This record gives sequence, structure tokens and C-alpha cells, in this order.
Amino acid sequence: MIYRESGQFKKTYQADQAILPLRQDRIFLILVLLVAFLVVPFTASNYVMNSLLLPFLIYSLAAIGLNILVGYCGQISLGTGGFMAVGAFAAWNLAIRTELPMPVIFVLAGLITSGAGVLFGLPALRIKGFYLAVTTLAAQFFLVWLLQRPWFNNYSASGVISAPDFHMFGWSIETVTDRYYLSLIILVVMALLAKNLVRSATGRKWMAIRDMDVAAEIIGIRPMPTKLKAFAVSSFFIGIAGVLWAFLYLGQLEADAFNIYTSFDVLFMVIIGGLGSILGCFLGAAFVVLVPIFLNIIPSALGLPLSTAMISYIEVFIFGSLIIFFLIVEPHGMARLWSIAKQKLRLWPFPY
Amino acid sequence: MVATVSDLTPREQASEVLLKVENVELRFGGVRALHDVGFEIRKGQIFSIIGPNGAGKSSMLNCINGFYHPTSGTLTYKGQPRKHMRPYVTASQGIARTFQNIALFKGMSTLDNIMTGRHLKTKASLLENAFWFGRARREELEHRRFCEEIIDFLNLQHVRKTPVGTLPYGLQKRVELGRALAAEPELLLLDEPMAGMNLEEKQDMARFILDVNDEYGTTICLIEHDIGVVMDLSDRIVVLDHGEKIGEGTPREVSNDPKVIEAYLGVQEQESA
Repeated sequence: MIYRESGQFKKTYQADQAILPLRQDRIFLILVLLVAFLVVPFTASNYVMNSLLLPFLIYSLAAIGLNILVGYCGQISLGTGGFMAVGAFAAWNLAIRTELPMPVIFVLAGLITSGAGVLFGLPALRIKGFYLAVTTLAAQFFLVWLLQRPWFNNYSASGVISAPDFHMFGWSIETVTDRYYLSLIILVVMALLAKNLVRSATGRKWMAIRDMDVAAEIIGIRPMPTKLKAFAVSSFFIGIAGVLWAFLYLGQLEADAFNIYTSFDVLFMVIIGGLGSILGCFLGAAFVVLVPIFLNIIPSALGLPLSTAMISYIEVFIFGSLIIFFLIVEPHGMARLWSIAKQKLRLWPFPY
Repeated sequence: MVATVSDLTPREQASEVLLKVENVELRFGGVRALHDVGFEIRKGQIFSIIGPNGAGKSSMLNCINGFYHPTSGTLTYKGQPRKHMRPYVTASQGIARTFQNIALFKGMSTLDNIMTGRHLKTKASLLENAFWFGRARREELEHRRFCEEIIDFLNLQHVRKTPVGTLPYGLQKRVELGRALAAEPELLLLDEPMAGMNLEEKQDMARFILDVNDEYGTTICLIEHDIGVVMDLSDRIVVLDHGEKIGEGTPREVSNDPKVIEAYLGVQEQESA
């Protein structure tokens, strides 16, 4: 009853091709954005913003990037962490070595990561599946190793360098609210770009390659440029996410912070959230960020005396089981569950 | 036994040759899939390749659209001889095809599948697509209009937004035809478009094939096992057996050819005692 499209007729193809053809969806999205922009910054505590919302926003961005590659183009990658590191270090080095304005540095850092992505995407032209995963795994380790060379951190003694203070368009990013707003704006804009890409001819080409590369070639899609474009765009998103992670969340740079576990986390988000869905990236990121915190709170709330070490083990167990659960029961992830729920809501509370 | 011009009907003589296959030989190691095959497909024809299982029919199609490269022999398309060519290049020259075992993009909707078929007609760049402006916006609407015509033509309106993986077999075959048509091909290769269909679906498909040929003027090269359908639809038939051409001509000529009958029904025993 609540969620139904009856009475909403589309009179043009343009209306039918809108990102959210249903009125209810549009209202929902506008509400979410209003809350995110106007309510959250004034009500959420510093702790919530810093350790929940910032990682959620940045991880969402990285997940969108990875989903473009894995979910839409079907090329598996385990190198997300490495590419985030490339973005972060590219931005830092541009910031200290040049006088470029910050927005330009962000875009350049993204483009440099794209370059790295294309380079490590080249094997995808020959190999698929597990073999490609191993190649990108090598990228992960190689990139982190490479970025530990002294030149990249400007010969800092400890190897850990702090992110520069910076401002954009005369707005200096200082407080946690500033950082929240900047991440949110970048995420909203880039999510929109990603959505446009995947619903356009480009996205259809990627999905064609994912679903059946032989047939894609028959209708004139050239596999090489199409796959490399997916690597480039995906890495661009991941690179920007890396910059935000280092500059806004950690406040410092260290190649080791972008280790293989970062790659796995982002991959889990994409799998749990839903392969081939932009909405799924947000759900997956929320899940991966929130579950550890709930697991921390629940035992103490129940009065169970669990040690921190024990909690972190339980966390890994639960995570692993959930991933297996999703792979078996719902390979399309939480985004799929969401759309099933919407289907049910069309009739609820009536049986039919 | 290449057909001489005198064998052709007046209508065929009037139209020009679209694809000419000469002495094509295809080997996989020691296996000879095609040997000395030659024929001509003329513009506007419905041309059929028939033959028993393993005769090399699909191999022939694969040679035409660039999946396989003939070991020797030449293919001349629109007067241009070609040797090695990737499938996406032949696609850009106007050759589209469907597959024997459906090769659709299973995760995408019917509409998206057909829209993907328009790929060669899209020019919008990555950035235009990302920002949804300029050509991206315009083309999306143009192609949508074109694809809706195909959807109407093939009666697929009710499954427009359904993921094709969930559609029944007959409909999937139709979507695949739609995707091939979306490219506005000059030569359409159909690899067993009616395999596994019931009578009604076959009738629908036969009607679509005739309509495509009639309305869009598309030249069609067809592989089909249902001899009844082939005889009814085709303007010209070539018969392959064990990779060699054993007959060619109009449906009437082919059905009376003793060699063809022998390949299909086996050698006739001498009954007179």
C-alpha cells in the first residue's frame, strides 16, 4: 500500500529513464539528503562523526569504485588498498611539491590512480577470474612497498607523515564538521556520476563484458578499451577515497595503513552490499562500519565479560559467516533484499 | 560445383553480391572442419546453410563473422577481400549474428540488451556519459526510440524491464534477434534460431525473419535443422556435409538433389534383386 507506483504514468522516455522513476523513491532520497546535510552535523557527537560517519562516507566512495570494476565489469580486484594509497600519496606529494589549488590536486590524484589502475589492469586483457585476482593482489603488495620508499614521504624519519592543512574555495577544512561536509559533498557528486555512468552506454558495455564477453565482441564492443576504462574509472574513485581517508579521516599518511585488510574490507562491502548496485555500496559500507561497533556494544550491554581480544575474534567469525551466508542465500546482497522489501511493501498489509 | 550464373533466378541476378566465399578451408590441427567451400550471398536474400550435425555449418558462420580465421581461401565482403578480422571489426562492417545456444547478457533487462546492440551507433564519450549531458543525453533518447520500435516489432513489450536470464527460452531467442537487429546490420547471421522451439514459436520466428528481410531489407544467412522451415523461407540453400559443399540451389533443386538426399537419409540400397 505504502509503496506503489499505481497512478504514476510516464509519458516520455526521458521520464522512464530517470534515475528514480518512482515518486516515493525521490521523496525518500531527498529526505535522506536533507538529514545528512542539515540534521546530522548539528546533532551527531564528534565521536559519531569521526569514527562512524567519516569512515562510512569514505568507504562508500571506495566501494562504488570497486563495484564499478567487480560488480559492473566483472573484473575482480584485490588491490583496492594499494590504489587508495596511490591516491593518498599522489595528493600529498602534489600538495607539498606544488602550489596547485586543492580541488585540482584531488582530481590529479584521482587521475594518477587511474593510471596505476590501467597499468595493473593490463593483465585483465589476457586473464580472468582467480588469476586476475592474484595479479591485483600483487599490485596491492607492490604498491604499498613502493610507497614506502623515502622519496614518497619526502625523507621523513618515521615514515609517518601528517596530512597538510588545506582549504578549498576559501573554505578551510578544520573541524570534524568541515571534514564531514567535504566528504559528503564529494561522495554525493561522485555517486551521481557513477550512477550516470552505469545507466549509460558505458555501463551497458561493462555489463555486456561481465555477462558474456564473446557476445559483447560480436556486437562490436572492443574488450580491451572497455575493460581498461572500467579499471581507470574504478581507480579514480578509489584514489579519491584514498585521499579522503588519509587527509580527512586519519589525518596522517602511512603506506601500511592501506594494507590488504583495507582491500578485503572494501571487497566485503561490495559483496555484502550487492554486486552491480550503487545503493549496495552504501548499505555494504554501513554494514562493515557498524557491525564491529555493535559487536563491541552488545556484550558489555548484556554484562558479558569478554576481553577485547575475544571481541575482535568474534567479529571476524561473524563477518566470515555473514559473507558465506550472503554468497549462498543472496548473491546480489543487501541491495537485493532492499528491492524485495520494496516489492513486498507494494501490497502490505494486504495479502494481494 | 559452384553455381553458375545461369542457375540464378532473374531476381538474384539483378542484386549484387554481398558476401562471396571462395575455397574456404578451416583446420583445427588434424581435423578438417571445412574443405573447399564456396558460395555467394546476394543482397536481400534469405540464404540457408543446411547439413547434418557436424557438417561445418556453425564453423562457416564463425569464419564469416571473424571468430575463426580460415586456414586458406578468401571471404569477400562488399567487394573487399578480408583475411584476419576480429569479431568487433566485422560487427562494425554491418555483420550481426545470433547464437545456437543463446548468448545474451543475462544480468541485464530486455531493453538494456537491445540497447547494448546499438553500441556501434553511440558516440558519447565517457565524460559525457558521467555528466549525462550533450550527446549522452540525446543518444540515449534516440536509441531508446529505435529500440522501442524493435521491441514493438518483436512483441517484447511485456518483458521490457525483466532480466533476460529469467525469461523463457523462446523469448530469449527473440531478445537475441532484437539485439542483433538493433545494430541495423546488412548481413544477419542466424545460427539455428528455431532450435528447441515449439510449432507456434517457430511460426512466430519465421514471420519475424521474413519481416526483417522484407521491411529492413536485411540479408539473412540462416542455419536451421527444420527442413520444412528452410524450404519455405529460403531463396537459396547450400548443403554441407563433412565440411564439404555437396549441393546448392533453390529449395526445389536442393530437395531433389540425390547427393543431398543421400547425406540426409543414407545411401539408397539397390532394391532390385
